[in-house]
Amino acid sequence: MAAHLSYGRVNLNILREAARKELREFLDKCAGSKAIVWDEYLTGPFGLIAQYSLLKEHEVEKMFTLKSGRLPSADVKNIIFFVRPRLELMDIIAENVFSEDKMHSPRDFHILFVPRRSMLCEQRLKEQGVLASFINIDEYILDLIPYDGDLLSMEYESAFRECYLENDQTSLYHTAKGLMTLQALYGTIPQIYGKGECARHVANMMLRMKREFAGSQNQILPVFDTLLLLDRNVDLLTPLATQLTYEGLIDEIYGITNGYVKLPPEKFAQKKQGEASKDLPTEPKKLQLNSAEELYAEIRDKNFNAVGAALSKKAKIISAAFEERHNAKTVGEIKQFVSQLPHMQAARSSLANHTSIAELIKDITTSEAFFDNLTVEQEFMTGVDTDKVNTYIEDCVAQKDPLIKILRLVSMQSVCNNGLKQKVLDYYKREILQTYGYEHILTLNNLEKAGLLKLQSSSRNNYPTIRKTLKLWMEDANEQNPNDISYVYSGYAPLSVRLTQVLARPGWRSIEEVLKMLPGPHFEERQQLPAGLHKKRQQGENRTTLVFFLGGVSYAEIAALRFLSQMEDSGMEYIIATTKLLNGTTWIKSLMDRPESQSS
Amino acid sequence: PTTMLCTKFGEDRPLGGRVCLTSCCLQMMKNKADEEDYWNSSKFKAFTFDDEDDEFSRLKESKRAVNSIRPLVDEDDDEEEVEKVSWSGEPVGSISWSVNETAASNQRTDREPAFPKINTDTTSISKSHSGYSLSALFKGETHRCILGKDNTLSGDWSPEETVQRMQQGKAVSLEKFRSLQDKLLLLDYAVSAHDGNVITAPLWDLFVFPEVLFRELTDRQTALRHFIHYLTESKDQRLLLELLRYLPLSTPGLPLLQYKEHLGIADENKRRDFLKSCLSLPFSPEDSVHVEDHYTLLERQIIIEATDGHAERGGKQEIFQKFPRKASILNMPLITTLYYCCFYHYTESEGTYSSPLNIRQTFKLSEKQFFVTALAARAKLKAWPDVDALFTSRNWLGFTRKKSPLSFQRVVDVLHKNSAPTQVLQDYVALVDDAELRITLAQKHKCHDIVINTYRDLKDRQQLLGYRAKMARGSAEERKINELLNNSQIRWKN
Repeated sequence: MAAHLSYGRVNLNILREAARKELREFLDKCAGSKAIVWDEYLTGPFGLIAQYSLLKEHEVEKMFTLKSGRLPSADVKNIIFFVRPRLELMDIIAENVFSEDKMHSPRDFHILFVPRRSMLCEQRLKEQGVLASFINIDEYILDLIPYDGDLLSMEYESAFRECYLENDQTSLYHTAKGLMTLQALYGTIPQIYGKGECARHVANMMLRMKREFAGSQNQILPVFDTLLLLDRNVDLLTPLATQLTYEGLIDEIYGITNGYVKLPPEKFAQKKQGEASKDLPTEPKKLQLNSAEELYAEIRDKNFNAVGAALSKKAKIISAAFEERHNAKTVGEIKQFVSQLPHMQAARSSLANHTSIAELIKDITTSEAFFDNLTVEQEFMTGVDTDKVNTYIEDCVAQKDPLIKILRLVSMQSVCNNGLKQKVLDYYKREILQTYGYEHILTLNNLEKAGLLKLQSSSRNNYPTIRKTLKLWMEDANEQNPNDISYVYSGYAPLSVRLTQVLARPGWRSIEEVLKMLPGPHFEERQQLPAGLHKKRQQGENRTTLVFFLGGVSYAEIAALRFLSQMEDSGMEYIIATTKLLNGTTWIKSLMDRPESQSS
Repeated sequence: PTTMLCTKFGEDRPLGGRVCLTSCCLQMMKNKADEEDYWNSSKFKAFTFDDEDDEFSRLKESKRAVNSIRPLVDEDDDEEEVEKVSWSGEPVGSISWSVNETAASNQRTDREPAFPKINTDTTSISKSHSGYSLSALFKGETHRCILGKDNTLSGDWSPEETVQRMQQGKAVSLEKFRSLQDKLLLLDYAVSAHDGNVITAPLWDLFVFPEVLFRELTDRQTALRHFIHYLTESKDQRLLLELLRYLPLSTPGLPLLQYKEHLGIADENKRRDFLKSCLSLPFSPEDSVHVEDHYTLLERQIIIEATDGHAERGGKQEIFQKFPRKASILNMPLITTLYYCCFYHYTESEGTYSSPLNIRQTFKLSEKQFFVTALAARAKLKAWPDVDALFTSRNWLGFTRKKSPLSFQRVVDVLHKNSAPTQVLQDYVALVDDAELRITLAQKHKCHDIVINTYRDLKDRQQLLGYRAKMARGSAEERKINELLNNSQIRWKN
């Protein structure tokens, strides 16, 4: 079921298998029948590593969600808590353990911390008087989770916030650890490039960790030629823009979590023959989205404007395939046809699903609101009137549109103008605070700290220079048959991906000036390979780069990198890793101060 | 120019708005005459949905194809080939699906625990159980109880080694770092390791002397932030406030951190008092204005809430009987409060706390904000004379009759949202300057007179003929159009 992980240039199934083995080993430590109590947040990421069948093979008979109060009864020898190291979860666990003792059924308790055990949590359990009840306390180092054949994510939501607001570099430490794991499995990465403060930190930690493990030489032939570490704050602009690829729009509108999307059910109601139309389902329709689905792999990275054509082409092919049955005359032909049915059937249902999704999205992308918003975004990205108060934003505030939308737009204007004039910034802030509540001073302050909102300093606006040098705006972006990465935003080429592209060819030396304008140092490091592990490259063989986005990456950026991988003359294949898959909305939300407690 | 543009596109418009935007905007600004050519240019066409080969018809096409295939095959035939998926989309046998499934089966006690049918995982590697496991990669030992205080663990590690061992999840004892100096040294090593987990541990060990800890932390910003984060997460409010009090006021971000505490105070009077106490904190000049406004607003809301609650219960004031208050005004944003006051206290003199004019003065609200809020509130009450007065009685502020700080298109929008009748809407639609926009709005809101008059002014006979077809037979509108068409005085352009 995870075969799609091994189709790519780098077999990410190896990583998944290592994670599965680890899980089995832990389960076997707790001999006998078991029940797992899940921190609900973890079931999504774990679902990408293992299915229930694996757990069942190791005598997991029951699974519960972690809740306060008494544990449900279950006739098992072991109770295992799978939790993130968070203090509030420790309190719940303590409650569970306490209410258990009263029932005099001796069950063994274990905790598996994901991704790291934490001394504070253990201390908390100790204070609550339950630490001694645990037979095993262990950690499950799940740093990088394979999401697709070319995509790894730590799903560390607060990484950007911690790095830039709280100056807490724990996520970078985990990143470095995750990269060490990758190198242990896929060989030492000989070249490391980076841009940004966090990138520098991670590289330093990696080099230090390598020294600490100096005893054992890595004897694996390197799979990756290059690692590129990029700070999210080098490119604050890209995630703010509305993504216009199919997958990007699904994420913008409905949100993709752990490879799943929840959609309004109406368009998916299945009417079977002979059945009166049943009541429409009210539960959202949940779909898994990854490259295991042939059609999805084909259309996910297309500009949404090219999706309709792709779907209708596919529809014709499938119709034709089904029509073949009329030509099947002999028994052999009929057999042949029938044997293909399951595949055709799957293709048909996949087509039905994506047609429905495309319809849902189209309703939104053709709305006036979407268009107006996009127009303003593109004005900003091309540098039109970025130094004045924007009437569209003003109107949105007056209509009390969602605050996140406003923050996204104002941040974008600020980034595209290298900061706002005092008068403009003050005006926006006042409007926002008066309309949405003064407590949002905290959020505005966070955005300022993160550099998303800033006051224009006396130095001139360098965004136009950056835009021109890196060709961030392409007038003739071709949405149907793209020839440049700018198709993912219908004109805007993501800065982060341009940096990646230029690094591969002609090299960063050609853009020294621009690199200096962007925040943080840029650097290059080399890691020595043991003799004999130097790759002998075939003529015309592609190189492989792992691009690690520290602080998050959007689906449109991923699409742009995939586009570069597929370009015939690029000579480079990209594997993408990140602390978090994000879009402008989830990103801004992660920077807000208690977004849930709005004027409560 | 934005709003102008979108009407040009009509209902179906391209996703790639950039073409319209950049080129068109500029083009329009540069040369209005070229406009028509531009819209008809082939370059633009590629982005519309108008032609036959458009996205929408393509989607429809694939929908049709899908539907036509559907009856061919019986859905339930070949399930073992396809991964089983529950309605909610979760593959049957996935972890999150099974959590619910096994938990649900647990409630039915009389039943054998039912396990979901699962397709066995056939990946070959999983069977052979070979390969690496993650922890084996680094030869990590099995470890237990890291923070043991027993002596067996007190190997003679240096602070640096201790931090390293902690990072590797190995057993360490912090007991041996007895002196403050040692503890701080350990802390500094931990900070340089960038691992939050390891940083907080020695901090927590320093708890014993809060004053010393607080003092030392002021020189260690990173450790300080971790500590504050820890206190916030562990909800130790008392210690947090104590810490905040101890820190020098110059600590970056401190005033806001303190201000943030108000969110945790439920009682409005206590919250107000707390906000008042924040006023003396050294905020940046801009922030200090906002915090002061926040305090003033809450103070005022408390007074209004008490007075209006009283009035509502007293049953003497008609407005509260006719439109009972839906929620308390406490802690609502300023604009919401202004709306409330425009709704319930519109005519009050400037001297009262609840007077809209007073609010406008106190908080220095912009013309536009005040205007749009008052407009919406009075429209909601269907107080059309008040609405009208907003536009006309403003002369003393320097407006001429029927001028508005808001575009009339937006005015119509606001009125329409508050379900203003056509008679009211048409007065404002008529004030929209741009003829094309005016026609679009008039058609949308069924202000036939305006449409007809505008076509007349444009001398557009064809459009008028077209519009007549849409009018009811024998209606006043039809008659009016007929009269116009028969009027020989008008020189039609077509």
